[in-house]
Amino acid sequence: MNKVLNYIPKDSFIHRLSGTTKLVIFLTFSILCGASFDTRVLIALFILSVIGFLLSKISLREIRVMTTFLAVFLTLNFILLFIFNPEYGCELYGSRTVVAHLWGRYYITLEQLFYQFNVVLKYVIGFPIAILFISTTNPSEFAASLNSIGIPYKASYSVSLALRYIPDIQKDYHEISQSQEARGVALGKDVRFTERIKNSIKILMPLVLTSLSRIDEISNSMQLRSFGKKKKRTWYVLKKMTAADYAMIVFCAVILIGGLIITNQGGNNLYNPFVR
Amino acid sequence: MDKKPIISFKNFSFQYNAQKQPTLKNINLDIYPGEKILVCGASGSGKSTLGNCINGLIPFSFNGKIEGSLVVDGIETKNSSIFELSTRVGTVLQDPDRQFVGLTVAEDIAFALENDCVEQSELIRQTFLSAQTVNIQDHLNKAPFDLSGGQKQRVSMAGVLVDKVKILLFDEPLANLDPATGKSAIELIEKIKNDTDTTVLIIEHRIEDVMWERVDRIILMDEGIIVADMNPQQMLKSSLLRDYGIREPLYLTSLKYAGVDINGVRNIDNIRYLELSETDRSTVNRWFQEQDKPVRKNDNDYILEVDGLNFAYEGGHQVLFDVSFKIKKGEMLAIVGTNGAGKSTLCKVICNFEKASQGKIVFDHEDITEKTIRARAKHIGYVMQNPNQMISQTMIYDEVAMGLAHSGLSEDEIREKVFEMLKVCGLYEFRNWPISALSFGQKKRVTIASILVMGPQIIILDEPTAGQDYRHYTEIMEFLKSMNSRGITVIMITHDMHLMLEYTDRALVFSKGHLIADESSSAVLCDPELVREASLKETSLFNIAEMCGIDDPVEFVDCFIECEKKGRESDE
Repeated sequence: MNKVLNYIPKDSFIHRLSGTTKLVIFLTFSILCGASFDTRVLIALFILSVIGFLLSKISLREIRVMTTFLAVFLTLNFILLFIFNPEYGCELYGSRTVVAHLWGRYYITLEQLFYQFNVVLKYVIGFPIAILFISTTNPSEFAASLNSIGIPYKASYSVSLALRYIPDIQKDYHEISQSQEARGVALGKDVRFTERIKNSIKILMPLVLTSLSRIDEISNSMQLRSFGKKKKRTWYVLKKMTAADYAMIVFCAVILIGGLIITNQGGNNLYNPFVR
Repeated sequence: MDKKPIISFKNFSFQYNAQKQPTLKNINLDIYPGEKILVCGASGSGKSTLGNCINGLIPFSFNGKIEGSLVVDGIETKNSSIFELSTRVGTVLQDPDRQFVGLTVAEDIAFALENDCVEQSELIRQTFLSAQTVNIQDHLNKAPFDLSGGQKQRVSMAGVLVDKVKILLFDEPLANLDPATGKSAIELIEKIKNDTDTTVLIIEHRIEDVMWERVDRIILMDEGIIVADMNPQQMLKSSLLRDYGIREPLYLTSLKYAGVDINGVRNIDNIRYLELSETDRSTVNRWFQEQDKPVRKNDNDYILEVDGLNFAYEGGHQVLFDVSFKIKKGEMLAIVGTNGAGKSTLCKVICNFEKASQGKIVFDHEDITEKTIRARAKHIGYVMQNPNQMISQTMIYDEVAMGLAHSGLSEDEIREKVFEMLKVCGLYEFRNWPISALSFGQKKRVTIASILVMGPQIIILDEPTAGQDYRHYTEIMEFLKSMNSRGITVIMITHDMHLMLEYTDRALVFSKGHLIADESSSAVLCDPELVREASLKETSLFNIAEMCGIDDPVEFVDCFIECEKKGRESDE
């Protein structure tokens, strides 16, 4: 099964929070992280996300696939940002402090380094929060929490259904590709890339057909058990909100408002250490 | 009965929008509270449509035209809604895997209550009670892939019982279960019926298995009409079942072959309570003495040898333990055992769909353990259970020709081979048809043709007849037999004990990844110990042999099978 992103059951403060609260935390961090280029706010968020991560008792080893991916992605991103636009930091901060000249138009400037540091910081906050959310929220509870913040239950439930049936569809795909391979549709590494793409498409038809008949039966079965009967539904897995939940939501509201105020102090969303 | 019927069809007809003819024609049927009804009929007889009219899928999910009236628990269905009906009629569909909606057992059982906005603490209480009724309460937090087929079906039952329904409708509940699990499902249905005082309808063509427990009435359908509605005794004593393509219980057929007067037999509808008189028993014995005892011989060379095979998934879960066997050229062989016993895995390892962790596979004296999927596929063909998983072309010709595309043959040679194969499979007249126009059984034949055209010496089929009625079952099996007589070795994974008895010489029996028996099929099914260990179901022929004091039940079964074969040959 897919082990890259999944729920890691543990008993921790974060795990005990209701899915709704965790969704609110996730959204707060995402909004602030996206809206702000203020280094002070970003550093504060970073510290909070590290604390959250420690509280969750999730070890780095358990999420090593994602961490490796993040490291590779950040390094690439860092290099490419510089190659494509080495002067962007100077434009942004309105000054230019050269540290060294590499070659041609490539100069290392403090402004560019600072700008790229901020970009990295955003990813470093965003990724762990997303991983944290996914690995501490029971997938069943996820749909319930989406519904509890006002998303219609029919839409929320589709998330739960997807989680339920993705392993089945993966299994179908695996079986179909093997039986096709037995009839000469090659998908191995020794086949040319274009051929492999063409052959993958051949697998799609049986996969779509099996999935469609699956969907038909599921929707019948859901209707037969009253799905869609009322405007609302209750959830077996929804956790009751506790004092800790309310406290966390208030806390989120505070950092969201505080963060936005600090960010917009200077008339834009930058913290500019280069202004004299 | 003076009670009011709980389900009442009056001059009821139904026609799907996409069909030219009505599927149900002028149905008149009353079902009373507390009855247990078995609805049987060949595929296309309208039996599932009848069920869908009762639970409201018709007309609210499948559109069509209704005439006449159908009243379920006091409401006229066409003026109602699927939701109103669903609180009265609980439906358990054929494939438990596909109606498992929740991520865990508890959520799935609670599903209907959640949709009904039941408050959470009440929800949890009722879910637990329902789980207890079907004895699944210890698995509430398990995900569907951690459950066996039988457990999933029990979850489905609990999921409709939470609604406190008055009518339980089972649509082919046995189709996806191994024989022993099927038997306990039938026993559980009986228990639920008694505990909750519900009316039960079972739609199923495997009537011998359903009649393991008492049934009040059997309704026989054909081409959209009810051709018979009588109690089981009357039904079995008539020849109606055979006439309409339903397989009658094996014990009954054997008594008829032996010339026993069926009308005089008490409790003919249930093998457990069946009473044979002294005369009946001697009649059976006399018949048995008169039969030529069949002798099976196969001196052929080995075509497939498996030696010390082990298989474990990545992560360590071991599925096959030290499996060794040999198969002779031209054999027709069954692989049986519970779901999860390793039958399908074994076949996948033979085809290299999964890599053996240890052991040797020899084909025709050549070690193929290191050969690729493609290389093995030239000699060993594999037909999956669900034809939809195999079909990747839109036209029949293309589908069958696909496996030859990279064979180096010229286009003319390919066409010749494909046409020949299509003729053999009885599909030649359809060669220019789109596959979507075919029935399930025909699609199955297309997939078999698309494997056979590559000229394998062995063909492995996963549940070749699952979900097929007797007529289609016979059609497919006779076709495979004719392939077998052309020299192709046929290996079948099956839950169908009839199939195993009638069509295979030998069975490999698996339990928990071990090969626990390698014997003639009739010997396997006459060995109560083995039957229990491998979750099979002993044949009722064995019971008859015991009742009549026949000391070699295996030979008795063989004689019966021989009789069946002769009967089929004279039909042709």
